[in-house]
Amino acid sequence: MKRRDFIYLTGMGAAATMLPSIPVMGHRIHPEEALRTVDVSLKKQMSDVVLNAARSKGATYADVRIGRYLQQFVVTREDKVENIVNTESFGMGIRVIAHGGWGFAATDKLDNDSIARTAEMAVAIAKENSKLLTEPVRLAPQKGYGEVSWKAPIEKNSFEVPIKEKVDLLLGVNDAAMKGGADYVNSILFMVNEQKYFASTDGSYIDQDIHRLWPIFFLTKVDKASGKFETRNSLSAPMGMGYEYLYARPQDKIQGTTTLYKGRYDMLEDAKAAGVQVSEKMKAKSVEAGKYDLVLDPSNLWLTIHESVGHPTELDRVLGYEANYAGTSFLTLDKWESRKFNFGSKLVNIVADKTQAGSLGAVGYDDEGVKCGQWDIIKDGILVNYQVIRDQAHILGLPASQGCCYADNWSSVQFQRMSNISLQPGKDKKSVDDLIKGVEKGIYIVGDGSFSIDQQRYNFQFGGQLFYEIKNGKIVNMLKDVAYQSNSQEFWNSCVAIADERDYRLGGSFFDGKGQPGQVSAVSHGSTTSRFNGVNVINTSGKIG
Amino acid sequence: MAILSKEEAKKILEKVVNFSKADGCSLTLNGADRGNIRYARNSVSTAGEDSNVTLGVQSYFGKKSGAATINEFDDAALEKTVRRAEELAQLAPENSEFMEPLPQQTYLGESKTFSEATAKITPEYRAQAAADSINPAVPKDVTAAGYLQDSRGFSSILNSKGLFAYNKQTSVDFTVTMRTNDGTGSGWAARDLNDISKLNASETSKIAIDKALMSREAKAIEPGKYTVILEPSAGGDLVRLMLNMNARQADEGRSWLSKKGGGTKLGEKIVDERVNIYSDPWNDEVPASPWSGDGQVRKKMDLFKGGVISNLFYDRYWATQKNVAPNPFPGNAIMDGGTTSLEDMIKDTKRGVLVTRFWYIRPVDPQTLLYTGLTRDGTFFIENGKIKHPIKNFRFNESPIIMLNNLEALGKQVRCVTSEGGPGGGGGLLIPYMKIRDFTFSSLSDAV
Repeated sequence: MKRRDFIYLTGMGAAATMLPSIPVMGHRIHPEEALRTVDVSLKKQMSDVVLNAARSKGATYADVRIGRYLQQFVVTREDKVENIVNTESFGMGIRVIAHGGWGFAATDKLDNDSIARTAEMAVAIAKENSKLLTEPVRLAPQKGYGEVSWKAPIEKNSFEVPIKEKVDLLLGVNDAAMKGGADYVNSILFMVNEQKYFASTDGSYIDQDIHRLWPIFFLTKVDKASGKFETRNSLSAPMGMGYEYLYARPQDKIQGTTTLYKGRYDMLEDAKAAGVQVSEKMKAKSVEAGKYDLVLDPSNLWLTIHESVGHPTELDRVLGYEANYAGTSFLTLDKWESRKFNFGSKLVNIVADKTQAGSLGAVGYDDEGVKCGQWDIIKDGILVNYQVIRDQAHILGLPASQGCCYADNWSSVQFQRMSNISLQPGKDKKSVDDLIKGVEKGIYIVGDGSFSIDQQRYNFQFGGQLFYEIKNGKIVNMLKDVAYQSNSQEFWNSCVAIADERDYRLGGSFFDGKGQPGQVSAVSHGSTTSRFNGVNVINTSGKIG
Repeated sequence: MAILSKEEAKKILEKVVNFSKADGCSLTLNGADRGNIRYARNSVSTAGEDSNVTLGVQSYFGKKSGAATINEFDDAALEKTVRRAEELAQLAPENSEFMEPLPQQTYLGESKTFSEATAKITPEYRAQAAADSINPAVPKDVTAAGYLQDSRGFSSILNSKGLFAYNKQTSVDFTVTMRTNDGTGSGWAARDLNDISKLNASETSKIAIDKALMSREAKAIEPGKYTVILEPSAGGDLVRLMLNMNARQADEGRSWLSKKGGGTKLGEKIVDERVNIYSDPWNDEVPASPWSGDGQVRKKMDLFKGGVISNLFYDRYWATQKNVAPNPFPGNAIMDGGTTSLEDMIKDTKRGVLVTRFWYIRPVDPQTLLYTGLTRDGTFFIENGKIKHPIKNFRFNESPIIMLNNLEALGKQVRCVTSEGGPGGGGGLLIPYMKIRDFTFSSLSDAV
């Protein structure tokens, strides 16, 4: 009843060790097949068949998701194309409430008989599951929107760009990195298009078109004589954008210690810089462990926000639904109820936003038909809210869901997933230089690296790509072997300065994993460069053999 | 139709290969029926089954190749898939590293990866297992969260050079986390099996309950270097990190296996001489397929023998570049154990830490294989030969290479479940209890 085809990309060499396992869902197709679409009226007709069948079997609520999920991956190393993958996955997932319990079934056989049978199966499963319930599902009310649609505001559909153009870009990037000083380079373009249709017994028929793109490279320089090597990964962000993200514009570049990118990414320029910087890293000074004031670029801070704010404010984790896998949360309900829990310093304002243009999590409506919006999570340093879906809203006394429901495929059951969670820019006018100026002994960190956090999200350790020593308000040289360790609450309370909105940028995760069986989701985290005082830094160098 | 017999699979594959108009093709035909049940807060949250059979076609013209997949098996669909793979191959750029498929190989016998008992698991069995896990928790004031998944399936390959291989396999993965209702204790237990008749969900769950109760009100001790006793899951989570012994990365100078001055560390003694790790597809506890995904023969192979690096993995292309025989990635790993019981390991420890499992393990420095992560779900302080009290969790920064140089004692082997990736990261892992000196804990965590 539930169909999923995972093909794992292989043969990516060093790149494979730096990425999570990449789930490629669906069947391989010809690239041009990605450009055809499915008629909306047909999807509405199929949805009505399902909703009627579910109701007639006793469902008190039903929703149907008809999803077409397209992926294209182009994988290269040095002067070679290693893999080009195009996949399509098309089918329907049906979720119902019957006898007070949830039931779910899915099919890729979309004739009327098959979808009606699948609806019946979902109802039968709901009735079976209800026998084990301690209390019936309480769904927050949701008005029907009628027939509506939402399209990601992209300028250039990545799937329309010829593969040759993508291959030429990546091979050009590899060439630039090698000429710059790298010995090895892997580069990859991931492209995703979700064509999702949602209908429910509330009276919504929602058609959505979502695009995501992630260009990345990993380069390595080797010194065979010493047996040492260094790496430098791209400073790109995965984005909820079309191919226009790769059409670089001068106004999207932030010139500084190294060039950084907002809104558009110059992959070729970053590769050239990376080739030079990886050679610098080879000769860089190894950090002395101790307390430092950290100035964190958004390309680094996004991951710290993701792990230390995004995950612990997911209500299903707080309640214990993820206890056996991803874990629970230190942000227990009593801390929220007190309205006094000091999560961070007064400067720290963190907002959940499912509508942010260009973000990975942007949609018009979530996967249970709730119109998306934004809300405060941390207000002036205090925990004020979580991320919830319809069957959790009553726990917080909320009148409606916040729209955090997502399934990674038509064949997966939707559940609570992370919204875009972002640190708001500082209210006072402050540049990155202003932040660095006040630091006596510190490190400026750019790019994301190693990451690890405990199952309740207290203790974390993060690395980076580029580390610069700050002495008496000035960047003096490059460092290496840096990782910072802290406790989430201590860290956010050590936040003493946040650059203003001119520096605001997004970072994000393309394959955030959760649930059993596992599902992925994509989510962005925005911030401006921010300063954290007195953070513990360790030296990660060592010797074996 | 999810489990096709050897003959049924071969018949479909032979039909497909006859549609080929390319220089050649490689076919895969895989299928599985899978089921799962998930519970949390002492109640079932989701349960499901799925079934899937997929044909994959990789066609090639010279050094250009393309791939297509399908899950429909009428003649028209099969032929369309072959044509699609051929079209994609014509579109693809040349790959100078492309290797033509292998001719027929002689495999070393039938595998032990299939269990009839597992193939017969029903939704009722899973619901009962969940109930067996939840029921003992409730009277102890403990909350259960767990997950049971099982699979029965087959894998087969056939190519235009005449190679055919078939294997059928079953698997069971059961994990359970028990948390005390006051939020101060947490315990975990897990089983990774081919044969469901070896699973006792109730007993496994009771281990997790005991750990949860024992771990209440943990005390903080100073981070630093400690003697540790690692249960097999904890040890396995670090040992598996050494097993991606990719020859190409080593030759290229970008691996912990690369040697100063060039070349690799193959043949060098790198860890304690008591460390013997090998792969054996016919091991009874962790059986594996006798062939690799591209049809190469899997044999018993030493990875570390007497602490010496005995083999690196060469894909077929890299083997031609280095003039060596290809050596496929193994399907399992077995680390020899010893005779020291867990009780004796504890008795002989003056000051140490007993670790149930590790969590969120991520690479920090690939040159030294330095990893970070945390203890979780049952960490205990040992003093003067006795478990004294539960302790708060630690973050570690440690390399498995350094860890296996600091080996004190080896105990009984157990098939283990790794903390995030389920069973053995793609293959079964048989790992002993280990006692290690000077293990580096770098900070404390308040997480329960």
